[in-house]
Amino acid sequence: MSAVGANGATAPDADEPVVVFDDVSIGFDRKPVLENISFRIRRGETRILLGPAGVGKSVLLKLTNGLLRPDSGRIFVFGNEISAMREQDLFEIRGAIGTVFQEGALFDSLTVRDNVGYRLLEEHLSEEETTRRVTEALRFVELEQTLDKFPSELSGGMRRRVAIARAIVTNPKLILYDSPTGGLDPITSTTIIELVMKQRDVSHTSSLVITHRLQDAFVLATHHFSREKNGMLPLPAGETDSHTSFLLLHQGRLAFDGTTAELVHSEDPFIREYIS
Amino acid sequence: MPLATIDAAAKRGVLAVQQYAAMSGRAMGNLFRRPFYRSDVFLQADIIGVGSLPIVILTGFFLGGVLALQSSSTLTQFGATAYTGQLVSFSMIKEIGPVVTALMVSGRNASGMASELGSMMVTEQIDAMRALGTDPLKKLVMPRIVATVVMLFFLVILSDMVGIFGGGFVSVVMLGQDGSQYFHTAYQSLEFPDVLQGLVKPVFFGFIIASIGCFYGMKTRGGTQGVGRSTTQAVVVSSILIIVTDFLISRFLIGIFGR
Repeated sequence: MSAVGANGATAPDADEPVVVFDDVSIGFDRKPVLENISFRIRRGETRILLGPAGVGKSVLLKLTNGLLRPDSGRIFVFGNEISAMREQDLFEIRGAIGTVFQEGALFDSLTVRDNVGYRLLEEHLSEEETTRRVTEALRFVELEQTLDKFPSELSGGMRRRVAIARAIVTNPKLILYDSPTGGLDPITSTTIIELVMKQRDVSHTSSLVITHRLQDAFVLATHHFSREKNGMLPLPAGETDSHTSFLLLHQGRLAFDGTTAELVHSEDPFIREYIS
Repeated sequence: MPLATIDAAAKRGVLAVQQYAAMSGRAMGNLFRRPFYRSDVFLQADIIGVGSLPIVILTGFFLGGVLALQSSSTLTQFGATAYTGQLVSFSMIKEIGPVVTALMVSGRNASGMASELGSMMVTEQIDAMRALGTDPLKKLVMPRIVATVVMLFFLVILSDMVGIFGGGFVSVVMLGQDGSQYFHTAYQSLEFPDVLQGLVKPVFFGFIIASIGCFYGMKTRGGTQGVGRSTTQAVVVSSILIIVTDFLISRFLIGIFGR
């Protein structure tokens, strides 16, 4: 596997997966949470992680960017074995990963501009360049008018969109979404899913999307983002997005890893019950 | 069952000490790693140092005053009121100045740090910071420790000074003593070991306040209730540690210098 580069990640081969989980297990207080998890995320691929509440989806996301360490097994991100790296070295890798947390996790004492531009300011970019790139990222989520507002002045949906802007402002090679639509109304949820889709189809960024809302998952799999219409459009009947596939967690284990068609036509009783 | 409970509590205690040592060690190790968050250090110095000025000045002045008031009645019995200045300056510089200032700053800032970092923990802001590639121990903990150690040092000097003036004010205005004599004995009786003792203590106390405040903040779990619990624990533990450390430093320095 290759070494970490100056920008926090190596330039992997085209075929080299961006993320590899190899027989990963983790537990808390002697209680296993995830057991023997193995899967891959290839470049440009969007993997939707489904599963009932409390099954360990967020734990899996935190394992992916090294916020948690597995008890056993190995995790590779951009070719680097992050499960064996020191915390200090992980900060560089994380710079190339965008993360959208469940509740947004915006810094409540910073303005939207400083939240979105946090990473840029840490890299000592000029104020003008930071403002330009922050405005660009906020325009992507259609919130450029909120630059000087504080997170407490925004609605739940707006906070989630700002969190997406913060995740994409550095043009990461991988984006992790932790229930980006959780707790939002259906209309706002659709807006957020459209943004996830826009990032997938416009920037072709690899991503892991955690959700327990099947509707959001299937919208992602059966729609594409149209630049001309500046919105999402359904794919022709029977077609699904070839870069989008599914993972399903059940009782701490990976119950499914495959395409949309395989998921829909699965004969597994749990999967049939879950998607029905 | 009781044995298992004791066993679990002992393990939790050892683990907490280990986590505290690891956090403090890593935070201080960051002093020598780039980037150095200079602006965060200055911001914290302003919050901790300048923000604590009113309480430190007020408590210092009245503590010096009450020391003079209480001691003079006893000293009068022996015809030794001339030693009021010496007693006040000794007490303020060696013990009361450092300990009371540290306790006041602990009440104000250890709780503030624990609640601020605790809120950031429960709202995933600390995780977000780590996910954005920033070490929270470098960005949040190290500046608070450096700022508290430096600012408490100067706050204690200020408190000592104001306390001696407070004692002088009470001695002259309320007890009718000679001001020149008061300040003369207060100054003349001080020796190097006394001043050293008064200046070494705030360095340790400052470290205790900030590291304990940040430690309890960073280990906060369980929502707003958890934040409240962390805040209380931070103040209680830092206050106890300040008093215990005060005894140990006093014993150590008296052992070396003989006073």
